[in-house]
Amino acid sequence: MASSRLNFLGPTPLSRRRALWGMALIAPNTLGLLFFFGIPVLIAFWTSFQQWNALKPPVYIGLENFERLVDDQMFHTALTNTLKLLGLTVPLEIVLAMGVAVLLNQPLAGRSLLRTAYFLPVVTSTVAASIVWTGAFQQRYGILSSLLEPVGLGDYKWLVDPGLVLIPIAAVTVWQRLGFDMVIFLAGLQSIPGVLYEAATIDGANRWQRFRHVTLPMLSPTTFLVMVLAVINSFQIFDQVYVMTLRTVPGGVGGSATTLAYYLYRRAFTDSEFGYASAIALVLFVIILSVTVVQLAGQRMWVYYEAEKG
Amino acid sequence: MADRSARPSYRDFDWRIRLITYALLILGAIVMLMPFAWMVSTACKPPIELNKLPVRWIPENPACVENFNLLYDQSPRFNRYLLNSALVTIGRTLGQLVTCSLAAYGFARFSFPGRNIIFALCLGLLMVPFQAILIPEYLLIRELGWLNSFRALIVPGIFSAFALFLLRQAFLQIPLEIEEAATIDGASPLRVLWHITLPLSVPALAAFGVITVQAAWNDFLYPLVVANAPDTRVVTIGISLLQGERRTPYNLLMMGSFLATVPMLVLFMLLQRYFIEGISMSGLKR
Repeated sequence: MASSRLNFLGPTPLSRRRALWGMALIAPNTLGLLFFFGIPVLIAFWTSFQQWNALKPPVYIGLENFERLVDDQMFHTALTNTLKLLGLTVPLEIVLAMGVAVLLNQPLAGRSLLRTAYFLPVVTSTVAASIVWTGAFQQRYGILSSLLEPVGLGDYKWLVDPGLVLIPIAAVTVWQRLGFDMVIFLAGLQSIPGVLYEAATIDGANRWQRFRHVTLPMLSPTTFLVMVLAVINSFQIFDQVYVMTLRTVPGGVGGSATTLAYYLYRRAFTDSEFGYASAIALVLFVIILSVTVVQLAGQRMWVYYEAEKG
Repeated sequence: MADRSARPSYRDFDWRIRLITYALLILGAIVMLMPFAWMVSTACKPPIELNKLPVRWIPENPACVENFNLLYDQSPRFNRYLLNSALVTIGRTLGQLVTCSLAAYGFARFSFPGRNIIFALCLGLLMVPFQAILIPEYLLIRELGWLNSFRALIVPGIFSAFALFLLRQAFLQIPLEIEEAATIDGASPLRVLWHITLPLSVPALAAFGVITVQAAWNDFLYPLVVANAPDTRVVTIGISLLQGERRTPYNLLMMGSFLATVPMLVLFMLLQRYFIEGISMSGLKR
């Protein structure tokens, strides 16, 4: 009997029918995800063990790609730059976004208008934003250079000088991320019960103390989430580097703007070294994953979850 | 909408604090908006005003229309790029709406063997940064013979773990009784989904929709790798090509960036609420 073979789907004919419906409904998306994203994840491991240049067929070379990475000076530069960008963007965007959210979370006239202003950069494309900021940072005639002129910072080659080029890249990134983080912070602030502020006020807490002892701990799960997302994002910075160094030296003079994401793109699609680039991709993935795991493990030390202790 | 709970109220909000708050927020807002102003102002400058100091915010002799025309002289296919971006955006968004609402409904309302494992695996894909699978993705598309085609730009984009997650969350909010009533009346699951679940989830669908539209329109790395040919170029690649040619003056670059940005700015102005909901949904509800 057909139905007895289908018994594993459920105890009754109706439940079996609903199980079949469920599987049919999830099938298109699940199979699509498997084919276009699941399989590439598996291929990613395989390619990183191959020597694979342009037209020659891939050859298995074990861990050689990874061994090459250890001595690859440009890989070290890319890793350092990626970490520098993390340091330049993540703390700044979190502090600014939290500050703006806290200020906006007050009874102000025109607060939705202000919120719009902070959010607007989020909807622009990183490519267009990077082009605009390239213009703003150009030597002398860019708007930023001209505004910085009075303090003696007008005549720098922001996008060429290897010591400076990460600053414009970080600036676009923070500019575009701030509104995103702010919205998440605002939602987090909305979920803090007003009673806590009243109680703190009755106990004589001043504005700063209320922020320090109510807002900050109650907001810490949100801060944690924003931080995890910001860190992941900072590891993936690509568009900014690609666009902002395109007019001068792609990747920055001596690779000074090259990030891991950019380096793997160049290795794969300019040098046609798919195997080696895959190894870089895998390292990038492992770094992101371990940094996220470390953050998850570290959250016990500073993130306050009401349900646990309350 | 903020004032429903009595957080710092007007009572303890004296005018000095309010003044400082306004000053800080407005100053910050000006900084945030300045690149937009600079983009528009430069897009309208005639070439001789580009390298004039001090920098003027309002061009002496505005040349908006001339620059617009010059942009099309330099990049004759710019409209094609805009159209391609629109096609890719619409295709991906409608496609995700179909595949992901079906799947979300299946995961939310039906039980079948392996459901939780499959769902967990789908969510696991969210952990994989796109760059990590960029190369295999390219190889797969090449193997399929899809390089430089709209299939490459659209088809992989109609499957999404993120949308699946968001929509399932939204469907779970709908009271089961409403759907059960329809089922008892003999409606098939697809009819229930179409006539009851989807109409009741319009706000969530809109929030998901704008986020998807925005991400598709602004996508760069993936199209750069699989579809960087004249006929399939999207607008983000179009403007990056302008940027790559050193002879492109800044006024035309800004004009191009402006044209590539305006559709999203308009969409945002019209559907602001849903953008913000979409972001906070993706960030918070789990």
